[in-house]
Amino acid sequence: MVDLIIELVIIILKIGIVIGAVMMGVAYMTLAERRLSGFIQDRLGPNRAGPQGLLQPFADGIKLFFKEDFIPDSAEKLLFFIAPGMIFVPALCVIAVIPFGDSLNIFGREIQLRIADVNIGILYIFAIASLGVYGIVLGGWSANNKYTLFGSLRSVAQMISYELALGLSVMGVLMITGSLRLTEVVEVQRSYFFGFIPHWNIFLQPVAFIIFITAAFAETNRLPFDLVEAEQELVGGYHTEYNSMKWGLYFLSEYANVITASAVITTLFFGGWHLPWIEKIPMPQILLELLQIGSFVLKTAFFSIFFIWVRWTFPRFKYNQLMSLGWKVFLPIAILNVLVTGLFYAIFS
Amino acid sequence: MEFILFYIFGFIAVVSALLIILQKNPIYSAVFLILTLFSVAILFLLLNAQFVAAVQVLVYAGAIMTLFLFAIMLLNIKYEEKAFSKLANLKITGIFVTFVLFIEFMYMIFLRKGLGIAGNISPEKVAEVGNVELIGKILFTKYLFPFEVASLVLLVAMVGVIVLAKKKF
Repeated sequence: MVDLIIELVIIILKIGIVIGAVMMGVAYMTLAERRLSGFIQDRLGPNRAGPQGLLQPFADGIKLFFKEDFIPDSAEKLLFFIAPGMIFVPALCVIAVIPFGDSLNIFGREIQLRIADVNIGILYIFAIASLGVYGIVLGGWSANNKYTLFGSLRSVAQMISYELALGLSVMGVLMITGSLRLTEVVEVQRSYFFGFIPHWNIFLQPVAFIIFITAAFAETNRLPFDLVEAEQELVGGYHTEYNSMKWGLYFLSEYANVITASAVITTLFFGGWHLPWIEKIPMPQILLELLQIGSFVLKTAFFSIFFIWVRWTFPRFKYNQLMSLGWKVFLPIAILNVLVTGLFYAIFS
Repeated sequence: MEFILFYIFGFIAVVSALLIILQKNPIYSAVFLILTLFSVAILFLLLNAQFVAAVQVLVYAGAIMTLFLFAIMLLNIKYEEKAFSKLANLKITGIFVTFVLFIEFMYMIFLRKGLGIAGNISPEKVAEVGNVELIGKILFTKYLFPFEVASLVLLVAMVGVIVLAKKKF
C-alpha cells in the first residue's frame, strides 16, 4: 500500500514537473520570440519589466487574466467557449510519452525519467496532436465571422496535407528502430558509427529530418506556413474574435506545440537525452543523469529557438504554394524515402 | 479500476452517440461523433489493443472527422435545419428499421451467448510479442487478401472522386 502511494506521488510529481517545465518554456518563448525578433530587426524588444525584460511573460499573463472576456453576439456560445480548451489540452498531453532522461536512482528507488512509456509512443503523439486541429476549426467557425471561417478552412486543409508527409517521414526512423516505443528509439541511437560518430538518426535519415521539420512548421502554424492567421488577409485568422485568456490559450498552445515538436525532433533524430562521448568520462551516476537531462533540454531549446529564427527570416508562402509543396513535393519524397530505406534494410541486414 | 473506466467511457460513448442524432445543428453532431469515436478508442485501450486505439483516434477522430467538419462548415446551417424537419415523413421507416435492428441485437445478445471462438492471443502474448507486430503479422499473412481488396476499394473511391471533380458541368 505504501509502495503504491509512493508510486502515485512520483507519477504526480513527474507530471507536475514536466507540465511546469513546458509552461515555463512557453512563457519564456513568448519573451524570446519578441527579443529575438527585435535583435534580428535591429531593435530592442520588450526589456522594461525586470532585468532584460525577464518578468515580461508574467506581466502579460496577469494582463490577459484580467482583461474583459467578451463573447460576440452572433457567436455559437458553447463551442466558442470550449474551443480554446480543445487545442490546449492535446498540446499539453503530447509531451507525456517523450523520455527526457534515462532513470534516476533516488533512495534506492529507480525512477524512469518519462511520464508514460507506452508501446505505441509515436502513434500516440500523432493521434493526440491530430485532435488539436479541432480547437482551431471550431473556434473559427463558432465565432461566426468570415475571416475566422477562412482561417479554419485553411487550417483543416493544411493540417491534413502535412500530416501525411509528417507521418511518412517518421516511417524511415521506425524501420531503423523497429519499434514505436520512444525509449527504444533513443536506445538505438546511443551507439556510435566507427566508434566516435554518434549513431543519431539524423545521419541515417537526413531527408526524413528535413521533411519532418518542415511539416512540423506547417502543423504548428508557424511562419512560413502561418496562412491560418495571416494578418494581412484575415485580420487575425481563426482567433480574430477571441480576447483575454481564451485568446491566451490559443497563444500558449501554439508555443506548447512548438516545444513539443522540438522535443519530438530531438528524440527521433538527435538522440533524445543521449549526450555523446560522456560515458567514457568517470563520474557519479547522478551527475551523468543530470547532464543527460540537461542535454535533452538544450537540444529542445535549440529547436524551439530555430522555430523563432525561421519565423523572422522567411516570408510567408502563398496558399497554392503551400498546398503544392505538401502534396507534390514532400509526399512523393517521403514515400521514396520509405522505399529507399526499406531497400537498404533488405540488402544490408 | 478497469471496470470503472469501462463504465465511464462506455456511458460517454452511448450518450454522445445518442446526442449525434438528437442534434439539429450538424456541427454539434460532428463534435459528438468525435467524442464517441474517442471514447470507443479508450474502450479499445482497456482491451489491450493500443494500436487499434491509436489508429482509431488518428484516422477517425483526427483525420476523417476533420474532413467532415470541413464539409459541414461550408453548408448553410439554417437551410439544413429546415431540410431536417422535412424528413418527418421518414419517421415511420426510421421506427421500423430501428425496431428490426433492436430485435437483431436482442437475439444476438440473449439467445446466442458466447459469440465467436476465442483466439489464441492473450494480453500476455501481446505484451511479449508487441501489439503492432502481432497485427502486422496477421494482416500481411492470414488476412492479406482482404487487406489488399480494402486498399483497392479505397483506390477506386479516390479515382471516382477525382473523375467527378475534374468533370466540367
